[in-house]
Amino acid sequence: MSIVYKRPEVFTDEYMKYCGGCGHGIINKLIGEIIEEENLVEKTVLIWPIGCSVYADKYFKADSVCALHGRAPAMGTGIKRACPEDLVIVYQGDGDMVSEGMAEIMHAGIRGEKFTVIFVNNSIYGMTGGQMAPTTLMDQVTTTTPYGRAEVNTGNPVNMAEIIGNLPECYYSERVTVNSPANIRKTKAAIKKAFKYQMEGKGLSFVEILSPCPTGWKVKPVQAIKWIDDVVTKQFPLGVFKDRGQEEK
Amino acid sequence: MADKVFMQGNEAFAEAAIRSGCKYFFGYPITPSSEIPEYYAKKAPTEGLTFIQAETEVSAFNMVAGVAATGKRGMTATAGPGFSLGCEAMSYMSAASLPAVIVDCMRPGPADGEILGSQGDYNQLTKGGGHGDYNTIVLAPYSVQEYADFAPLAFDLAEKYRNPVVVASDGTIAKMMENVELPERVEPKGRADWAVDGINGRGHHNDITTCGDGPEQWERFNLALQAKYAEIRENEQRWEEVETADADIIVVAFGTMARVCLDAVKLARKDGMKVGMIRPITIWPFPEKAFANYIGKGKKFFVAELNAGQMVNDVKIAVNDNASVEFYGRLGGMIPSPVEIYNKLCELYK
Ligand SMILES: Cc1ncc(C[n+]2csc(CCOP(=O)(O)OP(=O)(O)O)c2C)c(N)n1
Ligand code: SF4
Repeated sequence: MSIVYKRPEVFTDEYMKYCGGCGHGIINKLIGEIIEEENLVEKTVLIWPIGCSVYADKYFKADSVCALHGRAPAMGTGIKRACPEDLVIVYQGDGDMVSEGMAEIMHAGIRGEKFTVIFVNNSIYGMTGGQMAPTTLMDQVTTTTPYGRAEVNTGNPVNMAEIIGNLPECYYSERVTVNSPANIRKTKAAIKKAFKYQMEGKGLSFVEILSPCPTGWKVKPVQAIKWIDDVVTKQFPLGVFKDRGQEEK
Repeated sequence: MADKVFMQGNEAFAEAAIRSGCKYFFGYPITPSSEIPEYYAKKAPTEGLTFIQAETEVSAFNMVAGVAATGKRGMTATAGPGFSLGCEAMSYMSAASLPAVIVDCMRPGPADGEILGSQGDYNQLTKGGGHGDYNTIVLAPYSVQEYADFAPLAFDLAEKYRNPVVVASDGTIAKMMENVELPERVEPKGRADWAVDGINGRGHHNDITTCGDGPEQWERFNLALQAKYAEIRENEQRWEEVETADADIIVVAFGTMARVCLDAVKLARKDGMKVGMIRPITIWPFPEKAFANYIGKGKKFFVAELNAGQMVNDVKIAVNDNASVEFYGRLGGMIPSPVEIYNKLCELYK
């Protein structure tokens, strides 16, 4: 009998602390599968953010560091500059990146730091109990937008994959989601491509992943999956915003 | 033979850091620290250095944390307003046990304040600055020679204790030129066994985290940090004494103020006044040991600083509240003349 589906060996025995139906676990697993399949475990340095994935260093038998809130791209800059041969993976949530760490991610993109950013956009602050993020959708109810997000006080959601893709030194920017097996496969292909570009020494590779947060959104996991299709992707369209690897062909 | 050159403080420090194997510099311009990033930028191509002008001090400090996490030598340089922004990372690097070196060319605050010689960051540097129970070793040079000597020392101490080390200069030490013997070049060490630089044949993975796993674990973590700080307090107190043995008055001053006070002590001795000086070289750990011999002997202590008296409490603790401790300070970037200090000593001597 052949094995078609298994736990990546790079995972430790630690229990994942994510809620049922959360996208983080799927995304962590994809990263594990890819670095294993591509034989990159020994070269990997994972930089985790402050957010629900803060304990993810415990899940991987690979070098890991947990950065301060929002500062992962700055730490990643130091690590990648010191170890240019390594696969440096900067993992961030949307509060972490688009609010606390907007300067750090923008300038990493402006400089074209040669690492990969995995941006988990669940349009809410998961860890702190469901407050508004800059990526929260219009009219979305969160604990700090109890009447729904309104333009007047909070402006509009921020589309990072487009913004980063527009920077000249960004090599690759794509938005994907993990709400169905087909979309998970596409996400895996996007992350794999980003890692490939990094190992070829290209500029910033950026993968934004629309990720369900049923707990923060206060819906059942199946509803969360549907909400991504029905609502989230209307604000955050899936697609490739920059792929210099394709353009250069 | 070490090179002897006539050099500006900041440039001598930068050159000494390069010779100490520090190949990574990240910084944001601020007077009076900017010659350090400028020196790195200039030398980058010929010395094979990495220099990034960071978007903010917040980023610069976190970039340094990144390099330090890989076990390589990296640093930043700033002044009070930038150091305030870096305090988040100081707390982080202390918890993460990262051997980073940070230069603070102190300015007279609060706020943007002024740019001339000052010791206004004493409390911030020695009492934390960021959140939580942490300490960083703080070296306070009083000459260009000492400034340069502290580059290799700072990296050695940072690596020995896996702890951030601050070199606290100011506009005077940073900007003046003096003769200086530059340190020898050292070869970079091999990989550090604890570092996060990819497994790459190490045989196991490394993990750096500063997130607690429940109060019991986090208390144990904190106690381990405190044990390290106790060891540093025991081993690394540094100071210089000048004519303290028979002194009735002992001046306590560091950095720029120690230069002024040294001349004042000489003037007083010329007049037959028995005045000596203790010059703290590490302001954390504070050199309490220097005071042990003089407690309860009727000596007076005279603390002189370029701030409103931030070191006074440390001296009072060091003398066990068992001696009179007087203070004189100037603020705003004003630096007293030796005669000004001498006159204060005369008043005190009566
Ligand atoms: C400086 C700082 N400010 C605030 C916090 C509190 N905090 C922890 S996680 C978080 C938001 C995380 O949200 P996000 O990045 O979207 O990640 P998620 O939990 O949704 O995966 C905040 C505000 C912190 N740890 N540090
Ligand atoms: S709160 Fe949301 S993001 Fe956090 S683990 Fe739960 S589902 Fe995932």
